[in-house]
Amino acid sequence: MNLWSRLRSWVRTVLRRSRAEHEMEAEVQFHIEALADDLMRSGIPREEALRKARIEFGGVERVKEECREAHGFKFMEDLLYDLRFAGRVLRKSPGFAVIVILTLAIAVGANTVIFSLVNGVLLKPLSYPNPDQLIAIDHSSQQIGFEKMGIAPALYFVYREQNTTLEDIGAYDNDELDVTVAGTPEHVRVLDVTDGTLPILGVSPVLGRLFTRHDDSPGATQTVVLTYPYWQRRFDAASTVIGSSITVNGAPAEIIGVLPQSFHFLDQKDPSLILPMQWDRAKTTFGSFEGNAIARLKPGVSVKEATTDLERLLPVAMRTFPPPAGVGADYFQSMHLKPTPIALKDEVIGNVQNVLWVLLASTILVLLVACANVANLLTIRVEGRHHEFAIRYAIGAARRRISADILFESGLLAIAGGLIGLLLAFGAMRIVVALGATNIPRIRDINITPSVLVFAITITAIASLLIACVPILKSTNPRLITDLRDGGRAAGQGRRAQGARKALVMIQVAVSVILLICSGLMIRTFRAMMDVSPGFTSPETIQAFGFYIPDTQIPDSSPELVIRMDEAIVRKITSIPGVSSVSIGRSLPLDGNDSNNPVFVENRTFEGSEIPPSRRFNYLAPGFFSTLGTRLLAGRDFTWADNYDKTPVVIVSKSFANEFWRRPEDALGKRVRMVSTDPWREIIGVSEDVHYDGVEKPSPSMVYWPLLMDHFGGHTRLQRATVFVVRSQLAGTQSLMNSIQQQVSSVNPSVPLANSGTLGHLYSQSMARTTFTLVMLCVSGGIALLLGIVGIYGVIAYSVSQRTREMGIRMALGAERRSISFMVLRQGAFLVLIGIAVGLIASLFVAQLIRTLLYGIQPIDPVTFVTVPVLLLAVAFLASYLPAWRASRVDPMVALRYE
Amino acid sequence: LDKDKQLDLLQGTLDMLILKAVSLGPFHGYGILLRIQQISKDRLEIQQGSLYPALYRLEHQGWITSEWGESENKRKAKYYRLTAAGKRRLQAETENWNHMADVIAAILRTKPEEV
Repeated sequence: MNLWSRLRSWVRTVLRRSRAEHEMEAEVQFHIEALADDLMRSGIPREEALRKARIEFGGVERVKEECREAHGFKFMEDLLYDLRFAGRVLRKSPGFAVIVILTLAIAVGANTVIFSLVNGVLLKPLSYPNPDQLIAIDHSSQQIGFEKMGIAPALYFVYREQNTTLEDIGAYDNDELDVTVAGTPEHVRVLDVTDGTLPILGVSPVLGRLFTRHDDSPGATQTVVLTYPYWQRRFDAASTVIGSSITVNGAPAEIIGVLPQSFHFLDQKDPSLILPMQWDRAKTTFGSFEGNAIARLKPGVSVKEATTDLERLLPVAMRTFPPPAGVGADYFQSMHLKPTPIALKDEVIGNVQNVLWVLLASTILVLLVACANVANLLTIRVEGRHHEFAIRYAIGAARRRISADILFESGLLAIAGGLIGLLLAFGAMRIVVALGATNIPRIRDINITPSVLVFAITITAIASLLIACVPILKSTNPRLITDLRDGGRAAGQGRRAQGARKALVMIQVAVSVILLICSGLMIRTFRAMMDVSPGFTSPETIQAFGFYIPDTQIPDSSPELVIRMDEAIVRKITSIPGVSSVSIGRSLPLDGNDSNNPVFVENRTFEGSEIPPSRRFNYLAPGFFSTLGTRLLAGRDFTWADNYDKTPVVIVSKSFANEFWRRPEDALGKRVRMVSTDPWREIIGVSEDVHYDGVEKPSPSMVYWPLLMDHFGGHTRLQRATVFVVRSQLAGTQSLMNSIQQQVSSVNPSVPLANSGTLGHLYSQSMARTTFTLVMLCVSGGIALLLGIVGIYGVIAYSVSQRTREMGIRMALGAERRSISFMVLRQGAFLVLIGIAVGLIASLFVAQLIRTLLYGIQPIDPVTFVTVPVLLLAVAFLASYLPAWRASRVDPMVALRYE
Repeated sequence: LDKDKQLDLLQGTLDMLILKAVSLGPFHGYGILLRIQQISKDRLEIQQGSLYPALYRLEHQGWITSEWGESENKRKAKYYRLTAAGKRRLQAETENWNHMADVIAAILRTKPEEV
């Protein structure tokens, strides 16, 4: 009640402040007049009565002030006054205000952008219902060095039927195939799922239904679910599509549902269609890890409990399903397979955590430097107002009020900086997202959310407190502001604030050193990566595109015809002017399209039950190496005849050959095979190593096979899905793709080309995360350096201006100009050297923290650790040279008369 | 008025006196002052202006409330009234005061032999 009426009265007074003011005036006036009336009754004339009444009433303004305070709008009054005062003070020096606001805006903006990355990628839960229950189920085998094998159908069936910890499990796999809608063929991305996969993610269709267990059974009518964008694009969002039929890979399929717009499958690019996996339990063997899996934990079950559960089921699956043809039952036993479920969010995020935390730390350091700089500027300004404070103290102002003045000024600056910073962040966000688009997961989730705004407001508030506390602590002490006559240069006070400012500059230099060392390490990493010979040359002049001849066009029974068609297309494209060579492979370096399997080497161990280490496979047409610029170190390339005749030949990489033989030439004529029931295949060539996984990763041990082979894993093997590589100066242009399309159509008019791009694009993508980190850190380092220079210059220049008189005296007494400059430079050098020393020591630790981002250099990289301090010293020298030079130009006569 | 016989107001008692005066009926500020002086038979010295901060404080605390009305000589004046909370407050203050006065008086009456 009491609090309520108090609040009400306060609100009322605030809302009707001018009216209250008016009423108070009227009330006092009434009192004085009533008193005067009474006095007049005792015979005093009116004029005299009014005068006496006023005297008896006492100081009207003082009474009013006390009333205001009693009534609780004193606080508001002060607030408005302070804000007005701060605004007026800032308007008087726009240069100062602009510099401070921009400094803070850049720092707040950078922090907001990076925090929204951290928030969107790392902090925000996945946008599915109860995301904490979602896990990804993977398998690994330490024995053969497989990290992420995915899941095998046999395991999927056993896990799904017998687990006790999961609500459900679903498998998925990405694919590309040809779809014909209303007569137009198109090559599209598709997602294969089992019937549990979509319900696990809690999605419900906007139209129709999802897959049932029946749809997912082998032999069922083919059904498809459309994604929202594809439905919009190809069907004009018609609701009549449900029940209609399209042609998928040459066979009819019924559209049964459409997914909502907001649904994205994990972090993948949206596919066009979703198809049921239709794994056949009756034909399943143990092995062939050909999908990935997600699952939803039962409520209250931990990932660890699920792991134990799956570990129990893995041997059950091995007993339930037979091994594939040509593989011994003990083959998989010896792989020591293990299920490795992890939280789905961790699976989606991958290893980007380090980069983002490092970037956030770097921008927070930038904010620190910015605050130090602004605090410095503010301290100098506050010292300039020393005289004003002295007067205010003399007439009884409280330190609290003077501190409030400074706080309001800094608050106003910080708010302005924060708002502009937020605007900058909105703009910069697009650039950063574009920069990180190819290598940062969950890019769709990155935006400015309420929590990002809260973060921006918090750092703005902290910044305004930080920048105000140094001047408040150092320059408002009333005991030090005593001498009105001094005009603002009381010796003790000046020195104390000067000390604080020097400390701030040292902090700035130290933080700049840390940021510059990190940037330097990233630059060195980038250089080291550029220096790696990737195993191909001039990737920007290699045009690649996907091509797939479906079995509806050429059946599996005549695989040679597929190779004939491939060869015909290669010859056609080679005839295009400006094209120097053309070939075909299963996958390109850096395209992430891996295939790994163990390989046996003749007369080596690994026979019997032991599993040899796995190798990366690629399947190639003749000319692949020469087109990419990969050198053959020994032997020969494949020929078309090798394919038609199914000659048992193989090419291996240098690292494979080195494992068994001393020189590449020694490998020629030796024999290998994939499974022990296959015939041996002769090594006819050894290629140089190619960095298939990215330049910073070791190049895998490769085995290259022809496109068409007999008795490979017990079957005839034909590589239908292929990537064409075309070496041409015109790579990446539409005109080249048009010519290629024309040539391909002349051989096969009904198969569309897919995913065209240059190897150069893949190459820069593989370096994208390093480039991204590099750019972001260099921006942070650059800002810090710039602010550092301004800080050093500011402190030196100010101290020179304060000591003008002293310099004049020194020169009048015979000091040389050079020694005066030297004195000033020495002062600057001292600050910088201490800052650098502190920064270097801190960097020793920081460099260890970012070591996972580095490649090809040690964290304590001597080049970086020498270059950065030298650079900073040089820059600091320049920053203090100007004031030093000015000091030496001081005219002793002018200086002595100064002020 | 004979200023020499007037007493200075005891610290903190003005609020209580205002509450008492207002409890007798609605008055404007000047009226409250006159009423207090009248009841005290001019034995209390109250600085005219010091009344208003006290009135604003009491109103802010919700013990009195005010509205504008017309005075006996047809001027607009602000009239103060006691609220229910003010009534309770006045009662509490009065009891407190009487109790305190008794205690103090008893102490002051004490003779040396009684200790």
